[in-house]
Amino acid sequence: MPPEAVGSIAEPPQTDEVALTAKEVAALEEKAMFVRTETVRLISIAKTGHYASTFSCAEIFASLYYDVMDLRRGQPDWDERDRFVMGKGHAAVGLYPLLADWDFFDKSILDEYTRLGNPLGDHPDMTIIPGIDFSSGTLGHALSTGLGMAMGSKITGKPFDVFVLLGDGELHEGQIWEAAMSASHHQASNLIAIVDRNQFSLDGKVDDIIGLEPLTDRWASFGWEVHEVDGHDIAALTALLRTLKNRPSGSKPVVVIAHTVKGKGVEFMESELGWHLGWLDDADEEAVYAELAEGLKK
Amino acid sequence: MTLTSSASVGYRGKSWQLTDMIHQAPGFHALSDTLIELTEEGHPIVVGTADLKYSNGLVTYQERYPDRFVQFGISEQNMVSAAAGLATTGLQPFVATFASFMSLLTVEQMRTDTAYTNLPVRMIGHHAGFMLGFYGTSHHATEDLAITRSMANMTVLAPADPNQLSALIRETVSIDGPVYIRVARGRDPEVYTKDDASTIKIGKAVVHAIGSDITLIATGTMVHPSKEAVAQLNAKGINAGLIDMHTIKPLDLDAIMTAADASTVIMTVEEHNVIGGLGGAVAEVLADNGSPARLVRHGVQDAYVPVGPPTHLYRHLGLDADGIAAKAANALRAGK
Repeated sequence: MPPEAVGSIAEPPQTDEVALTAKEVAALEEKAMFVRTETVRLISIAKTGHYASTFSCAEIFASLYYDVMDLRRGQPDWDERDRFVMGKGHAAVGLYPLLADWDFFDKSILDEYTRLGNPLGDHPDMTIIPGIDFSSGTLGHALSTGLGMAMGSKITGKPFDVFVLLGDGELHEGQIWEAAMSASHHQASNLIAIVDRNQFSLDGKVDDIIGLEPLTDRWASFGWEVHEVDGHDIAALTALLRTLKNRPSGSKPVVVIAHTVKGKGVEFMESELGWHLGWLDDADEEAVYAELAEGLKK
Repeated sequence: MTLTSSASVGYRGKSWQLTDMIHQAPGFHALSDTLIELTEEGHPIVVGTADLKYSNGLVTYQERYPDRFVQFGISEQNMVSAAAGLATTGLQPFVATFASFMSLLTVEQMRTDTAYTNLPVRMIGHHAGFMLGFYGTSHHATEDLAITRSMANMTVLAPADPNQLSALIRETVSIDGPVYIRVARGRDPEVYTKDDASTIKIGKAVVHAIGSDITLIATGTMVHPSKEAVAQLNAKGINAGLIDMHTIKPLDLDAIMTAADASTVIMTVEEHNVIGGLGGAVAEVLADNGSPARLVRHGVQDAYVPVGPPTHLYRHLGLDADGIAAKAANALRAGK
């Protein structure tokens, strides 16, 4: 195999220049907590939702939307914005509040989440929700659609990066690996995939269902540059994503395996299979709000 | 069954290999040439295929515009989803593979990534019907019209010949949403001159004639033999007509109802299962409008097609000119 076709498991980047200030860290932590509290609020309207799947990627959302991605307030269709494609569309409930916070649509729309006539459903629809760069719901498509966007950036000369959030269970889909092969072959260096490695899919532990390991080696063998990070350490995560976004234009697509905890932030949900999907009654909802507020103080 | 020799259009009577295929399938020149013209005119075209560039002739496009051509390899699902991603950046992707794979293997990607999202992706399903005759059922597409026309937002086209293919591709430029284009195998006899084809409009059928006894409504590859069948019927004193339904969706309701009002029998002719395709679509229109016209759906009768050269299969299934004329004459006799 020619060396240029082989991916690599990269050394942790030198983070001196990209290190976050304490103030930046605190601000991002607050945004991650905002994702969680809004998720609880919106699911209380829908009366069913994916709490735990959203909590595991709250820091990833916050880091991308409040630090890493180039976006313009109130301009969801800005041509050169960085793109975000979510494979695990069932976590959209945590993304919608951020899109409203960017003034992509009116915040009052959140209050009718999933109600008839409201654009916001469990899975995101790009045709009716400003700021959604691609619809999702079927697992396995997002790396391909993100690859198409990354290719489109190069063909049209619009300089943007494409961030694709994948669930770890989603990696069981064959199309992911079609796209992985294709992206490295076509040198989609502006494609950055983030795997929310929260260890659980619906029926149980991902690796008990179909083993993913050795995951970093698998991505590397498909020609990707691979990084690993604690997906809840917002300082480390953001520093890594800053480095990747600003790295010299190489030839490889990049994947970040973000080690996360499903249900992170609420003790009784953490790595608890059942909370993949559920609903909190009033008393439990109050307790969760209190626990989240307490977590932010620590 | 008597087997007659195939027409062997395009074969040169000597050895050939893969890269010669484009010379055997001159009909595909219309595909690449039209896409090259549109690119030259400044349309944001990008072309992709899944390891079939010699079969569909898109190698010609690749040679002219290598930077606008994406080789996806044998990963059709990735190709259709990626085409949707490309379309979000302002490009107009045309992606092509065998119609059987496009309509069945990528059906969910077509529906969820191009139709639900209403993106301008053009999906070309070539060698449709049973044009890959002896390759067998895996390579036959006799369900693609039924599948694609049931997707909201999707435009569905089935050109009758290369000139109509070229004109219809040109017409798709003004369509903002997804388009499925059912294409033959590049060896299709001409039905229309370039000039005749250039006046075509998506959604507007070509009405050759309305017959007081019977009007055939044919699509794609079945237009040419149906035209011959109509000539045979007319020679026998039967007043027969022909409508070329090149657009399966949106369907030209006026053309169908004009024929239904004037003809004793309407007969649809398609290289497709009679369930869900053109026959199904016309049946819906007649029923919706309470038409008393009798409908005969000619095509594949809810079966898998055996292996055999396409021309032999047409004869076997009564889908050559003689078979279509016989079916029409029988329908008229049965009605009396």
